[in-house]
Amino acid sequence: MSEAILKRPLPVGAIDTRASGWWAMIFVVCTEGALFGYLLFSYYYFAVQAHSIGYFPPGGPPSLTLALPDTVILLLSSVAVSWAQLNIKHNDKRHLVMGLGIGAVLGIVFLVVQYLEWAQKQFTISSHPYGSLYFTITGFHMAHVAVGVIALLTLALWSGMGYFNCVRYAHIHIGALYWHFVDAVWLAVFFTFYITPRLT
Amino acid sequence: MSSIYERAPNLAEENFNSALAHRLEHIWQTEPGLAGWLSTVDHKKIGIRYIVTAFIFLIIGGVEALIFRVQLAQPALSFLSPETYDQLFSMHGITMIFLYALPILSGFSNYLWPLLFGARDMALPRLNAFSYWVYLFAGIFMYAGFAVGKGANDGWFNYVPYALRPFNGGPNIDFYALGMVFLGISTTVGAINFIVTFFRMRAPGMSIDRVPVMTWGTLTASVANVFAVPSVSLAFFLLWMDRNFATHFYDVTSGGQPLLWQHLFWMFAHPWVYVVVLPAMGMVSEGLPVFCRRPLVGYAPVALSTVATMILGFGVWVHHMFATGLPVISLSFFSAASIIIAVPSAVAVFAWIATIWTGRPVFTTAFLFFAGFVFLFVLGGVSGFMTASVPVDWQLTDTYFVVAHLHYVLIGINVFPVVGALYYWFPKMKGRFLDERLGRWNFWVMFIGFNLGFFPMHISGLLGMPRRIYTYAPNMGWDTLNLITTLGSFLFAIGVLLLLVNVAISLRRGRAAGPNPWDAATLEWLTPSPPPSYNFAVIPTVASRHPLWEDRLKESEDRTVSSKGLVLDHGRENVGTDPLDAQPDIILKMPGDSFAPFLLSLCLTGLFVGLFVHSWTLTILSLVAGTASVIGWLWPERALGETAEPADV
Repeated sequence: MSEAILKRPLPVGAIDTRASGWWAMIFVVCTEGALFGYLLFSYYYFAVQAHSIGYFPPGGPPSLTLALPDTVILLLSSVAVSWAQLNIKHNDKRHLVMGLGIGAVLGIVFLVVQYLEWAQKQFTISSHPYGSLYFTITGFHMAHVAVGVIALLTLALWSGMGYFNCVRYAHIHIGALYWHFVDAVWLAVFFTFYITPRLT
Repeated sequence: MSSIYERAPNLAEENFNSALAHRLEHIWQTEPGLAGWLSTVDHKKIGIRYIVTAFIFLIIGGVEALIFRVQLAQPALSFLSPETYDQLFSMHGITMIFLYALPILSGFSNYLWPLLFGARDMALPRLNAFSYWVYLFAGIFMYAGFAVGKGANDGWFNYVPYALRPFNGGPNIDFYALGMVFLGISTTVGAINFIVTFFRMRAPGMSIDRVPVMTWGTLTASVANVFAVPSVSLAFFLLWMDRNFATHFYDVTSGGQPLLWQHLFWMFAHPWVYVVVLPAMGMVSEGLPVFCRRPLVGYAPVALSTVATMILGFGVWVHHMFATGLPVISLSFFSAASIIIAVPSAVAVFAWIATIWTGRPVFTTAFLFFAGFVFLFVLGGVSGFMTASVPVDWQLTDTYFVVAHLHYVLIGINVFPVVGALYYWFPKMKGRFLDERLGRWNFWVMFIGFNLGFFPMHISGLLGMPRRIYTYAPNMGWDTLNLITTLGSFLFAIGVLLLLVNVAISLRRGRAAGPNPWDAATLEWLTPSPPPSYNFAVIPTVASRHPLWEDRLKESEDRTVSSKGLVLDHGRENVGTDPLDAQPDIILKMPGDSFAPFLLSLCLTGLFVGLFVHSWTLTILSLVAGTASVIGWLWPERALGETAEPADV
C-alpha cells in the first residue's frame, strides 16, 4: 500500500456507515431478528402439531379490527423516521426533531392499541399454549417497541440540543436502523398471528 | 467544514521509545487503583481477566468432577447422595461448557486480536468491558444457587419435563434458566465486537486473504453466536415462564410440547460445539506452523473449512434427538449432514499433519500440546462420526460412550489447544517464558491422565453403562473400567496442577522473553513483551500474510512496514479500514476508560435478581437505572467525534 493512499484525508469520528456503532447495530439487528425467528418457530411448531388441543388458534383467527390499523400506524412511524433521516442530511434540524417525535408518538399509539387488544382477549397467558405464545411473542415485540420509543425520544432530545448536523448524524441512523427493524419484524409477527390462520 | 470532521493523518517513523510513544502511553494508559480497575477498557487487561476467570471456573468444574469420580470409583458407594450427585454433574457440565470453554477462547482472542490486526484496541472497547462484567456476574448468579445447595440438577441440557416446577420444585432450575439468559447477553455482545473488529480494525494492507488464520475461527464462531444464542436464551426464558407464570410451552398435560425444548436447545447447542472448538483450532493453525518453521499448509482450505463446518453445524442438531421418535426421513437427513461434516474437519486435520510433515518441528511444550490435540481430535472425531449413524446412536445414546466422545472433543479440541496457546503466548503477555522442563511434565501427565481417564469410558459405554447414574450395581462388568477412569481423572488433574505451578513460578522467575521469542510471523510479535497500553507506536502497513517472515519467504517484493506508519495521536484513535481490501476509510475516535459498562452490568444483575425473587420493585428500579446508564454511555461526546461543532449548528 503506497504512502499516497495512507496520506489521503479521512473523515474523523462517527461518520455515516463507517461508524463502528453502525456496524454493531447491523449485528444487533441480526441477533434480534434471529430471536424473533425462534419465537415464530415456536408458534409454527405448535401450529403444525396434529395433537394440539382443540382448534389452533382457539376460537378461530384473531380479529383484524385493531391489529390492521395498528400495523399501518407502525409503518407510518417508520416513514416519519425516514423523513427525519432525510432532513438531517439536508441539515434541517427542526424537521429532524419533528420526524423523530412523530415516530415516537406513533410508536406509543401502537403500544396503546396493542394494550387494548390484549385487554379484549378472552384468554390469558396461562389459559393454553396459544395464549402463552400470543402474549409472550407480542409482549416481546412490545418491549422492543418500548425500547425503540425511548431511543427515538433520546435522539430527539439530542437533536434539539444541536448535537447533529449533515455530517454528524451517525447516531440518528443507528437508532433509525433499530426502529425500522422493530417495524419490519412486526410484519412477520402480524403475518404469523393474523394471516396464516386465514390461509387454511 | 472545519477540520474536526476530516484530516489527513500524519505519517512518521517512530519506535517504542520515541517521544510519541510516551505521549501515546499517557493517552492510552489505565489509571492505577480501584477506579482504573473498574473502568478500564484495555483489551489486554480484559483478555487476561477473561483467561483468569475462565481458568478459575475450569478448576471449580474440575474439582466437581473429581468429587463425583470418587463416588463412581467403585460400585454401590454412598459417598454422595443422589441429590448432591445431580447438582455436581450438572454444575460440572454447565461450568465447563458455558463458563469455561467459550470465555477462555474469548480471553485469548480479546488479548490477541488487536495485536494480530495491528490495531490499538477492539472496535468497541466499552462493550468489551461490559461483556466481561456480565460474564462474571452471570457466572456468580448461576453459582449462587449451588452455593446454597440449590444448584442446577437436571444436567446441562436440562430436559423438560423434569426441569418443570411439578417435578423440580426448588429454585435450582430458576438459577440456571435466568443465569443462561443473563450470560447470553455477554456472549452476544462479545461476538458482535469480534465481528466488527474483524471487518473494521485491520491495519492498512491486511486484505481479507492476509488475516492471521486464527481469526477465522473466532470470526466464524462469533457469527454463529449472533444467530444461535437467541435460541437458547429463548428456550430458558420460556422455561422460566412455564415455571413461574404457569405458561404452557413445555408442559405436556396442558398441550405443551416437551420436544420444543430439545429443538430450541440443540439448535443452539450444536452450533455451540463448533463455537467452542473452532477458535481453539484457529490458535493451533496459528501456533503449530511457528514450531514447524514454515507457513501453515493450505491457509485457504483451512479458512474455508472453518466456515463450512459452521454452516453445516447449523444443520445437524437433530442428531442429539435420534432417540426421540422423530420421522425416519428427518433422521436420515440429519444423519447424512452429521457424517458430511467430517469432510471439512478432515481438511483441517490433513493441513496440520502436512504442516508437521513438511516442516522442521521444534518439540517445545506448545508444539506437544498442539500435536497432541491433532491426535485427540481424530479420536473424538471418529467417535462422533460413529454416533452420527442412527442405528449406532440408538445403541450408544445416553451411555458413557457419548461421555467419552464429548470429552475427547471438549478437552482434546479445547483444553489442549488452550494450554498450548498459553505456552505460546505467555511470553507475549507477561514478558517471561513458562518453564519448558516443567512443561514437558505438564504435557505428558495431562496427556496420559486424559487418555487413561476417558478412553475406558468408550468401553463402559459399549458395555451399556448409562451416563448420569449416581452409582451402579457390582458385577455389571463396569467396576475396573470405572476405577481406571477415576484414577486417570486424578492424574489428569495433577497435570493441570503442574500448569498452575508452572505459571506461578514463571511469573516471577521465568526466563525473560524479548519481543519475538519464537521467531513468529504475525504482528503481535512486533511489540515489546508485554505490549504497551497503546500496542503500536505507529499503525503498521501490511504487505503479506506473514509480515515478519517476508524476507525469508520471498513471496513478493512488497514488504510490511512497521517502523513508519499512521501516527494518530489526537487522543485515543485508530484507523478504520474497509472490510475486503483494508484501505483506510476513517479515523476512529476510541472511547476512554468508563464506568458505564460496570454500572450497566450491576443494573442487569439487579434486574435478574429482581426477576428471580419476583421483586417487581427491584426489577423496575434496575430497568430504569439500566436505561439511564445506557443513555449516559451513548451520550454523544465531542471528544469522540460524535457531535457537530456549535459553530456549524
